[in-house]
Amino acid sequence: MRASLFITCYNDTLFPETGRAVVFLLERLGVHLDFHPMQTCCGQMHANTGFRTEAFSQAKRFVHLYADAENVVIPSSSCVAMIRDQYPGLFEDLGNESLRRDFVALLPRISELSEFLTDKLGVEDVGAYFPHRVTYHASCHGLRGIHLGDRPIRLLAKVRGLDFAPLPNLDRCCGFGGTFSVKNAEVSSAMMTAKLQDVLPTKAEYCTALDNSCLMHLGGAMHREYAGMKTIHMAQILASTESTPMEAFA
Amino acid sequence: MSEAIGHPVLDPTTALPFPQAALPVLRNPQLRKNVAHAIDVIQTKRGKVVAEKADWQELRSAAAAIRAHVLENLGTYLEQFEAQCTAAGGHVHWAADAAEARQIIRDILRNENASEVIKIKTMTSAEIQLNPYLEAAGFGVYETDLAEIILQLGNQEPSHIVVPALHINRSQVREIFAKSMERPDLSDDPHALTDVARTYLRRKFLDIPAAISGANFLIAETGGVAIVESEGNGRMCLTLPKTLITLAGIEKVLPRFADLEVMLQVLARSATGERMNPYTSLWSGVTAGDGPQSFHVVLLDNGRSSILGKTKERQTLRCIRCAACMNACPVYRQTGGHAYGSVYPGPIGAILTPQLMQMKHAQSLPYASSLCGACYEVCPVKINIPEILIDLRAQVVDQERHRLSGILNPLSLGMRVAAVLFSRAWLFHAAQRLGRLGARLFTRKDGWIHSLPSVGGKWTQTRDLRGFPPQTFHEWFQNRPARNGMEGK
Repeated sequence: MRASLFITCYNDTLFPETGRAVVFLLERLGVHLDFHPMQTCCGQMHANTGFRTEAFSQAKRFVHLYADAENVVIPSSSCVAMIRDQYPGLFEDLGNESLRRDFVALLPRISELSEFLTDKLGVEDVGAYFPHRVTYHASCHGLRGIHLGDRPIRLLAKVRGLDFAPLPNLDRCCGFGGTFSVKNAEVSSAMMTAKLQDVLPTKAEYCTALDNSCLMHLGGAMHREYAGMKTIHMAQILASTESTPMEAFA
Repeated sequence: MSEAIGHPVLDPTTALPFPQAALPVLRNPQLRKNVAHAIDVIQTKRGKVVAEKADWQELRSAAAAIRAHVLENLGTYLEQFEAQCTAAGGHVHWAADAAEARQIIRDILRNENASEVIKIKTMTSAEIQLNPYLEAAGFGVYETDLAEIILQLGNQEPSHIVVPALHINRSQVREIFAKSMERPDLSDDPHALTDVARTYLRRKFLDIPAAISGANFLIAETGGVAIVESEGNGRMCLTLPKTLITLAGIEKVLPRFADLEVMLQVLARSATGERMNPYTSLWSGVTAGDGPQSFHVVLLDNGRSSILGKTKERQTLRCIRCAACMNACPVYRQTGGHAYGSVYPGPIGAILTPQLMQMKHAQSLPYASSLCGACYEVCPVKINIPEILIDLRAQVVDQERHRLSGILNPLSLGMRVAAVLFSRAWLFHAAQRLGRLGARLFTRKDGWIHSLPSVGGKWTQTRDLRGFPPQTFHEWFQNRPARNGMEGK
C-alpha cells in the first residue's frame, strides 16, 4: 500500500521525531511512504481563530497537493478533524464546484494514524516493544471530533512490555485549545492543572496521545514542575521495537 | 439586551473581557471547589439517567427537529400562540427590547394596583434586569426559588441558569440567611435552612397579589404555557396570586401539546439528571374561580430575531436552557458563571450573549472555549456550539480587520504573517530556520525555553517549551540515506 504523509506544520517544526517514527513504523509494515515537499499547514490554527479566508487558502492548497494521493496519513487528530469538519463549510462558502468535487473525492483517503493502522492496514499488533508504564490521554478532537473510539487503546494493548495505566476523566479537555492556551492563558493553565491531577497519580513514565499539541502543553507543565513524567506521541511507542528502540528515531 | 440599569457584573455592555473576569475566580479556591462539586453531582446524575434511555440519541434528534422546525416557522407559531392564548382569556404583549418589556410589566402591575410581586426563577427576567428596574419604580420584588432567594438576600449574581446559586455552599447560605433573617442561632443543616426559607416564603405566597414567571415552553396549538420546577414555589406563584405575568423569549414556542412528550424527557434528564422534574405546571389563559384571573404573556425579542436570519447561528435559538453544556464544559468548571459577564454563562452563553448584543459587546466570549466539543455532545437539541463559536470568531476577526487596534494586535499580526508563510513551502521553510535561530536566544542549557516575550510569555507563565530541534522533519526526510529497507537501521 502507498500513502503520503502529511506531517503537519507543528510536527515538522517542533516534533520531527514523531514524523521519523511514523516513517519507521509504516515502512516496517510494508507501506510505501511518500512525502510531498510542498506541504505546510492544514489551516486549523487560522480557522479556529476566526481567520477564515486565510484558512480557506491553506485548505485549498491541501486539496490540490493531495488530489492524486492513494492515501494521506496524518499523525494529528485535530488536523484530521479540521479537514473533515471545517473544510466542507469553507469550500461551500468560498470555494467553487471543482474544488468541492476534488475534496469529496479525496476525503475517504484521509486517515489519522491510528485509523490508518486499524482500518486501512487492518493491524492492531504492529510488532512494537515498549517496556514502560504508559497512560493515554484522549485528545478532544480524537475523541469527539473524529470518533477514534478504542482504536488507540487496542493498538497500545498489543505493544509488548507496555504496562498500561488507565487515565480517569479521559473525556475531559487538557486545556490546550490552540490559541486558547495564550488568549485565555490563566484558564488554560487551570484546566491543565486539573488534568495533571489525573495524569500524575497514574505513576506512568510516559503520557501518550495522538496529538502533540496536547502533549506540548502537558509536557511543558511537567517539565516546569519537575513532575518526573514525560510525554510521547503514540507513533513513537508503536515504532519502537527490540532492535529499534525509540532512541533510534528520537 | 439594552442599556445597563443594574447587575454591573453580568451586564455584557460593562463586563470585563472573559480572560480578566475569570481571574478572581481562578484565585478563589473555595469558589472553584463549590462549582466543581456541584457540577460533579449533576453530571453523575445526568450520566445515569441518560444511560438508561436506549433511544437517547433518537430523542435528541427528535428534540432538535422540533426546535429547528419551530425556528423555521416562528412567525406562524407565534401568531397561533397569540390567537389561542387570547381566546383562552390571556393578554399577549410584544416587546421589541428589554426596555419595552420592563415598561409593559410595570404598567400591568400598576393597572392591577399591585405594589409587590413574587417571582418564579426566570433567567429572561434577569436578562432584561427586571428586578432592579421594578425596585427603582417602587415595587417590592420577591424571588421564591430557594437559590434565587439566597442570591437576592445575599445580594449576589446568578452563576448558572438552572442552579443559579451553585457557587455558594451550605455554610455560606447559613451566613446569608442568619444575617438577612436575623437568626444568628441558625445552623447549616439543610432542613433548618429550608425551614427558614419556607417560613419567609409562606407569607409572601399568601399576601402578594401578583406573580411573574418565565416559560419553559409556549404551546402554539393551545395557547398554553409550561413551566417545570423542583420546589413547588412555582406552583404557588402560578395559582395563588390574582395576577400572573409570564415573560418569555419569542423562541420558546412549540407547535403542539404532544411535543412536550419529547421536550420534557430531554429537559429533565439534561438539566437536573432526573427522569421527570418534580413539578410540571401547564395552563392556558384564565379559568373563572380558579387561579389568576388576569393573565399576561410578554413575548420578548431583544435581539433574538436578528439571530433567526442566519442559518448556522439560528441553532442557538433551539436552546431549552437545560445547562447541560455548562455542566459538561471544562472551562466553566474552572471559572464558574460570573466570568462570562452575562446572565447566560457557559458554552451557550458564549454564543448567545454576543449575538443578543448584535456582536457589539462580549466579543471575548467566542474565544472562551478550547473547542473541546463536550457541549455539543451533551446538548439535547444538538446545537453545534463549537461550530458557532468558530463562526462568531470569524465575525470578530472581520470587524477587527478594519480597526487599527485589530491590525496591530500581536496575535492577529502573527496570524496574518503565518498565513503568508503557509502559502509557499520555501517561505515556511525559511521561517522555520529563522525560528530555530531565534529560539536559540531563549533556550537554556537543559534544551528548554523557560521564558518568552510578548504572546509567547503567556505560554511560559506556566509551561516550558522544548527548544527547537536541530533538524525539521522534512529536512531529515529529504536527506535520509536509505529510502527503503529502514528495517536494518
